[in-house]
Amino acid sequence: MDQSNESHEPVIVFEDVSIEFDEKQVLDRLSFTLPHGQTKVLFGVAGAGKTLVLKLALGLLRPDSGRIFVLGNEVTAMKEQDLFALRQRIGMVFQESALFDSLDVEDNVSFRLREERVPREEIDKRVTDALRFVELEHTLKLFPSELSGGMRRRVAIARAIITNPEVLLYDSPTAGLDPVTSTTIVELLVKQRDVYKTSALLVTHRLQDAFTMATHYFDYDKNKMLPVPHGWDWNSNTSFLVLKDGLKLFEGNASEIANSNNEYIREYLSL
Amino acid sequence: MQFSLTDIAKKNVLAVQEYSLLAWSSIANIFSSPRYIADTFQQADIIGVGSLPIVVLTGFFLGAVLALQSANSLARFGGLSFTGELVSLSMVREIGPVLTGLMVAGRSATGMASELGSMQVTEQIDAMRALGTDPSKKLVTPRVVSTVIMLVMLTVISDLVSMAGGAMVAVFMLRQDANQYWSTAWQSLGLGDVVMGLLKPFVFGYIISTIGCYYGLSARGGTQGVGRATTQAMVSASVIMVITDLFITQLLLNFFPFT
Repeated sequence: MDQSNESHEPVIVFEDVSIEFDEKQVLDRLSFTLPHGQTKVLFGVAGAGKTLVLKLALGLLRPDSGRIFVLGNEVTAMKEQDLFALRQRIGMVFQESALFDSLDVEDNVSFRLREERVPREEIDKRVTDALRFVELEHTLKLFPSELSGGMRRRVAIARAIITNPEVLLYDSPTAGLDPVTSTTIVELLVKQRDVYKTSALLVTHRLQDAFTMATHYFDYDKNKMLPVPHGWDWNSNTSFLVLKDGLKLFEGNASEIANSNNEYIREYLSL
Repeated sequence: MQFSLTDIAKKNVLAVQEYSLLAWSSIANIFSSPRYIADTFQQADIIGVGSLPIVVLTGFFLGAVLALQSANSLARFGGLSFTGELVSLSMVREIGPVLTGLMVAGRSATGMASELGSMQVTEQIDAMRALGTDPSKKLVTPRVVSTVIMLVMLTVISDLVSMAGGAMVAVFMLRQDANQYWSTAWQSLGLGDVVMGLLKPFVFGYIISTIGCYYGLSARGGTQGVGRATTQAMVSASVIMVITDLFITQLLLNFFPFT
């Protein structure tokens, strides 16, 4: 799964993005940048606009003002028809997985490949690879309703990564899961970040998941996630963005958020 | 939350705009790739073959009861021999298309609204867009094309079966001559009747499918919202279809007046 985007320009750029619903300002002049190869974790209480950021980046929603650039394309100026081609370069994992419930796991994961008229043999191989990545290669013929919550999330990750997207958007991939399953999911995200160098926006409520991502790396030889050894710069591949009342409250790395003096952030971290 | 008249008016205008865009794109998509031929055949099977039993049953018994009722009235004027003509003209020009349309609306418009509505509230439509697939091309156009084609075919079948139902009553209950029934039924049909009988299901199919898809794709609010969308799809499709029927009939009467 090689990355085709070799440039190091920012993958996602938000410039003064504002949007309101029912006269409530959900995002107010939000600006941030996602550098190439980095994972940016979005924090905030429910309703802070975290999922909205992902949907805006995908062009599923349009902001009231401001500009959004994804992979060098100005999403806010593109027509819906043109966005479909751009979205094929982005992977999205929805909060509730959003698997097609009338299709089995194999058809869900291969959906985009079949849309692209990829030959059957190649589809089979890539579906097997993607499902092996999430360790679910035995579930090919099962339907989403026959899977557990954690398995559905992992199938959703397999569906998102099968076309080797240049950027991944994760919407609360560990929400509502037990700690063991959550750790499995986080390990997959770390693996995708470190092995395939995929840039990502991650929405989560779970601080421990975000700090695990920041303080661990994926050892390809041992095929497992390990703590970053002493002396490594563990702030380089994961950054944090905290939203509050539609505004950007904090943006920085793990060390900075852990040492922040902001009262709201201190309270958030202590929960 | 309070809504002013302006808000309600805006909401309705927006709904009409969204429906118009969906209805337009469902046609425009036919002329651009990708085209989902396999999905169209699958929908044709679900809508056409799936609706066949109810269309045949209702058509047959409606034809039979129409023959029974009309024979009773015609006998008072000594016109019992016109039973076949009355049944065929009524069914082909009016009752066949409307009855079949109502049956398909009850079965397919609701099916489309509930299926697409469920996909909408569980973010499957957003997921499809996120995967780079246009739901309008993948989900709406195959349903519209297959409904239009299958409704025309189902209407023709309904017309034939209803005449057979009428024939059963005329021959076995009213002791009429079968040849006389079928010859009057056949000879009474002119070009205008056939055009009217085929154009109506064409338009009705378009109305039923676009309304079913529109309510499905605009469903909000979980399972309750899907239920609401399903009901609204059935009611709106039926009412708009019957109202449109009046205008089509009036329009076609200008081209093919009764002779």
